[in-house]
Amino acid sequence: MHHSIEIEGLSYSYPDGHPALRGVSLHIQPGEKVALVGPNGAGKSTLLLHLVGILRGQGQVRVCGLEVGDGNLGRIRAMVGLVFQSPEDQLFSPTVYDDVSYGPLYQGLPEAEVQARVDAALAAVHMHGYARRVSHHLSLGEKKRIAIATVLSMQPEVLVLDEPTSGLDPRARRTLINLLRELPLTMLASTHDMRMVQELFPRMVILDEGQVVADGPTRSLLEDIGLLEAHGLERP
Amino acid sequence: MHFSPAPMHIPDGFLSVWVALLFWAVSIPAVWYALRRVGRDLGERQVPLMGVLAAAVFAGQMLNFTVAGGTSGHLMGAALTTILLGPWGAILVLTNVVGVQALIFQDGGLLALGANLFNMAVVGVAVAHMANRTVQRLAGRQPWGLFVGGFMAAWLSTETAALSVALQLALSGTSPANIAIPAMAAVHALIGIGEGLICVGALAFLYATRRDLLASGAAGAAHDKLVWLAGLALALVLAIASPLASTHPDGLERVALQYGFFERAQGYLYQVVPDYSLPGVADPRLATILAGVLGTLLVFGTVLAVTYTRRRRRTQGA
Amino acid sequence: MHIHFLDPYRPGHSPVHRLDARLKLVLALAFILSAGLAPDGAWPAYALWLSLITSAEALSELGIAYVLKRAALALPFVLAALPLVFTLDGQPAFNLAIGPWELAISQPGLERFLSLAFKSWVSVQAAILLSATTSFPDLLVAMRALRIPRLLVAIFGLMWRYLFVLADEALRLVRARVARSGESGLPGIKSGGRLAWRARVAGGMAGSLFLRAFERSDRIYMAMVARGYDGEVRAFPLPGLTGGQWTMLTAWIGLLAALLALAHLLW
Repeated sequence: MHHSIEIEGLSYSYPDGHPALRGVSLHIQPGEKVALVGPNGAGKSTLLLHLVGILRGQGQVRVCGLEVGDGNLGRIRAMVGLVFQSPEDQLFSPTVYDDVSYGPLYQGLPEAEVQARVDAALAAVHMHGYARRVSHHLSLGEKKRIAIATVLSMQPEVLVLDEPTSGLDPRARRTLINLLRELPLTMLASTHDMRMVQELFPRMVILDEGQVVADGPTRSLLEDIGLLEAHGLERP
Repeated sequence: MHFSPAPMHIPDGFLSVWVALLFWAVSIPAVWYALRRVGRDLGERQVPLMGVLAAAVFAGQMLNFTVAGGTSGHLMGAALTTILLGPWGAILVLTNVVGVQALIFQDGGLLALGANLFNMAVVGVAVAHMANRTVQRLAGRQPWGLFVGGFMAAWLSTETAALSVALQLALSGTSPANIAIPAMAAVHALIGIGEGLICVGALAFLYATRRDLLASGAAGAAHDKLVWLAGLALALVLAIASPLASTHPDGLERVALQYGFFERAQGYLYQVVPDYSLPGVADPRLATILAGVLGTLLVFGTVLAVTYTRRRRRTQGA
Repeated sequence: MHIHFLDPYRPGHSPVHRLDARLKLVLALAFILSAGLAPDGAWPAYALWLSLITSAEALSELGIAYVLKRAALALPFVLAALPLVFTLDGQPAFNLAIGPWELAISQPGLERFLSLAFKSWVSVQAAILLSATTSFPDLLVAMRALRIPRLLVAIFGLMWRYLFVLADEALRLVRARVARSGESGLPGIKSGGRLAWRARVAGGMAGSLFLRAFERSDRIYMAMVARGYDGEVRAFPLPGLTGGQWTMLTAWIGLLAALLALAHLLW
């Protein structure tokens, strides 16, 4: 049985020289739900981009048993669904159907299969019937769920989310949290939403200034107020 | 950083000075007139709208799609901007884009900027407008007019801009006409297809999301007869001149020599001062060698002197 | 994940940095103009031009290697002039055998090509020097001094402000697409989709970018109106150039003119 995500000693610096990640190591088992927390600028988003090979640093990154390298990027991008912080970045087609079908269409799957996957993905995010809608006109909460659908249609093994609940009103947030709870995938979510972390993610990793400063059960980490405060976090 | 899609921005040194100045003389009035017309048409909103759209065109040129293997297609922006803003606004937007590309990113020369502006902001826009309006007129109210018009506008503006570049290079004696013109025409005929497809994709997106923007653009531009005629004239001139020039490259060179008065002036100078070489040195080859040595010494001397004074200044200031 | 590294401006305190932007712009243009007017094959004079720009680079403390590296990026266009080597009539220099073909390289052709490459190379260095040592706001001032209409300069300024914002968005759009561009791993199925589809997707991204620009401009306009904007672009009057600056300007232009005359006389 292989870990879904294995990161060993990952370091990365921006083109202007600023170090973003410094020797990060992280191992996530299949089926685990892990929250990645830390102050802005800690390197959370940068770390997530390494999982699909958009950024490449020094160190080892293996996803679903495959090394993130030139030969494997195609397979890895099909197996890891990365949901970006701003749904605007992911909804770049006129209709919802176009956006959700991009993944399977790119993979070259037959038309019937693509249609089936789109239906399943939209159903999973409780947005059946939205296929012909224009993405641009949806509310932020709807866009976030469609963005997740665009990734689910690839039937990934791992779901990686960057700030899933940011900007949502309480109702949309509640809908999203329930949705995430239902999905059986391995999940890694970068977030500031500590209440969601407490509710959904049994394991928590604290990242600060490019380094992992804590990695353990959410319940016990949330007891350590000193640790939380030291890294700009608040107890929910 | 080079985000420009196709080899269209001419760097400095490739155009003879008189060609460069000639096209400055054409572009400056065009841009000046566009400024006046834009004031009339777009009103108060002009500055933020054109500024941000210019940023969008520039950023949009980073969006690519793989054509085959390593090559990719990009957006140039003249056609899309013309359809959205109308020709006068588009001229200003593209002037901004090409200007910033030259000044900040060295994509295209500074002296050659006049020519580059002419190719992309004037020819590109005028021809795009002409093509788009013509197709839309033919289509009447049917929606296909928008997309076919967009495709034709993008393809034709790319092709004519490329021909303009080739003619400028040939006129400057930089690239022989019988090679440059067919090469540019062929390459950009293909690139233009990519442009056309991207433009159609963008129009499809806007048609689905904000149809009103497309309507206002078309209505605002209405039927600008001046630009339409200019576009037609430019397209025709380029279409006729290009095959002519490429089959008679010598003829073009003759034109170049006739109007290249700086080269001519050089000829006069030689008549006045024949066989001039370094005073006191009879053998011309020796004179050249000595001059070369002198020049090299001057280079090193200057650099040394400069670094020396800088170092001195720094230790004094520290 | 910011694209601010796109900005070529490198802050510094060298004499070149501190020189008035208006002077720098005019001098850069004068340099490029003079190089363009130089006759072909005037190699010793070329060395002088090179020495001028190299000294300026040295003075700017940017590092000559840095400027040359950026200048190299502009060189590929040189290939457009390569045919000259073969086609320009004149005394043949040598013959080149490539496979079954034998091409005659003419001396004037070679000379013209190398002269052109040199002029281009030296001109782009001047432009790089200008953009690396002058902040954009200062460049706007320089543009106004050149009598570029205020409206155009205002648009320039706004474009610059949002250039990086939108370039950032474009980058994120591309990344989001890349992240969903996978391979199914199933035998016999090729990924990538059809060309027309890919172009349409890219077009959709462009349209999306344009749309955001449109709507953003709405918000910007409202913010401007809220602060009293009434459609007219006003700006501070420019301070005049000092006597010293005028002297420097005339001296440098005089030097370039003299160099040009020398080049024409001797070569």
